[in-house]
Amino acid sequence: MDTRKDKKIDPRFKVSNREALIAIGLAIINFLWWYGFAYGMGSAPVEEYTFVFGLPAWFFYSCVAGFIFITILVFIVVRFFFSDVPFENEGKEEETQ
Amino acid sequence: MNLGVAIPLVIFLATLFLVGFYAARFVKQGPDFLQEYFLGGRNLGGLVLAMTMVATYGSASSFIGGPGVAYNTGLGWVLLSMAQVVTGYFTLSVLGKKFAITARKIKAVTINDFLRERYNSKWVVILSSVCIVIFLFASMAAQWIGGGRLLESFMGVSYQTALFIFTISVLFFVVIGGFRAVALTDTILGFIMFIGTLIILIGTIIAGGGVTNIMNELVAENPNLITPFGADGSLTPLYVSSFWILVGVGVVALPQIAVRAMSYKNSKAMHTAMIIGTIVTGIIMLGMHLTGVFARAVMPGIEIGDTVMPTLTLSILPSWLAGIVLAAPIAAVVSTVNSLLLLVSSALVKDIYINYIKPTASEKRIKNVSLSVTALLGLLVYLSAIHPPDLLIWLNLFAFGGLEAAFIWPIVLGLYWRKGNAYGAISSMIFGVGSYILLDRLSPNLWGMHTVVVPVLLSLIVYVSVSLLTMNRNVQQQQKIEDKFWYV
Repeated sequence: MDTRKDKKIDPRFKVSNREALIAIGLAIINFLWWYGFAYGMGSAPVEEYTFVFGLPAWFFYSCVAGFIFITILVFIVVRFFFSDVPFENEGKEEETQ
Repeated sequence: MNLGVAIPLVIFLATLFLVGFYAARFVKQGPDFLQEYFLGGRNLGGLVLAMTMVATYGSASSFIGGPGVAYNTGLGWVLLSMAQVVTGYFTLSVLGKKFAITARKIKAVTINDFLRERYNSKWVVILSSVCIVIFLFASMAAQWIGGGRLLESFMGVSYQTALFIFTISVLFFVVIGGFRAVALTDTILGFIMFIGTLIILIGTIIAGGGVTNIMNELVAENPNLITPFGADGSLTPLYVSSFWILVGVGVVALPQIAVRAMSYKNSKAMHTAMIIGTIVTGIIMLGMHLTGVFARAVMPGIEIGDTVMPTLTLSILPSWLAGIVLAAPIAAVVSTVNSLLLLVSSALVKDIYINYIKPTASEKRIKNVSLSVTALLGLLVYLSAIHPPDLLIWLNLFAFGGLEAAFIWPIVLGLYWRKGNAYGAISSMIFGVGSYILLDRLSPNLWGMHTVVVPVLLSLIVYVSVSLLTMNRNVQQQQKIEDKFWYV
């Protein structure tokens, strides 16, 4: 590692690593919500189904509400947890926060 | 010919020409031809980025095939299709800034540029070019055939004529306008897809007398239609969940999608695109597949799944509205093939011709070669779509999963794991594609999951273990790569 004494890891990568982890977190939450409502509520016999806006409750919560929920979550994450990073210059002097 | 249906279609095809002319100006004046032609000068804003990703991903199957299956399967298939919402934000945030920064550092214009610099191996580039050219040519031909068939049935012309009209409309703007034309037309096409979805969904709900009424009729026919398990109860939770790999997170590895993750202007564009992309993908997938299910209550007894959407549209909507809705699947096809065409062309010109055949080619020469290769490829696809050879149809079946198994780890771990090396990448590509094709032949849907899952996991194991085993070879070269990619 001697050649790297005067070098450091691109500071912008700290941001991109964190954002990639956030994306994986989002996908996991998205999956759990989708799976939980679909098979948690949808496994009951059809006679016991309840309906929301005419759709079976499992479907409404999993696919319709789940989609709205994840959209809001993406919005919040992008607004408050993703940071602006310059792409063009080498990012040496830039403060990335 | 139904004029009400044909007129919106003709207007829409004519618009594509105009966009082509507009974008051609940038190709002519742009300072760096390759970067402009194959990547739109890395200048996409948020809306265009989101739309080109959604539209490239959404194909005929989102508008015709998928809803047809939903018609026969019920809400379980809509549930499955919603796994695709994840593509709206996941691809951009995972490849995200890292890809955008790295691609600029090494001046990459194609996925292969990235792989070549990252692994410094001729074999990685050759393997990846072969995968791209073969798989994407096959999927392009399949979409081309779909486009021809759609135009044939909507405009009432022969298949040959339809195919010819389709080819002219697509080829013209892609050849002269390059990536910028593709991205801009994708934006228009994305809007058509979005609006078409809303119209047909609302139209179907009205025709069916409201959602409650539709559900009652479905239950009366077969209660399973409104469960997550499919009409015959055969959709297991594991099988449906495994589509999160194939049409969800695995989409990260499709070269036509991944290349878009280095085409945008700045962080803001990426952030906006994540939000818009999620909304548009979700509405199109939910809307179209739900319409497919609702169609069963409105028009029972349609035998061929692929005819559900066209039949439904023509019978419940006035013809001018039907024209707009039917433009949506054609828009989906055009917006997919335009990207594939350019990508295959870039693999041939940028990755093979300039790298290995004529590295000293002048700017003017590169320009001529690029335009003619794109045009020739288009003609070749056209010719093969007239009488599609069986091999092409066969290859198309493997295209989606094959590309994912080949590229997911060389791209993702190449970006995030410093120890990944050329040996790991080569073996994971061979193993990924090989095991996918083999598994599909011998034991499809192994352990109740979609066939793509096991090869994706296998290629991960291979990538990591081979990279670790060969860690002590080419230490200096690996250090150079790390310096270039990670250090400033």
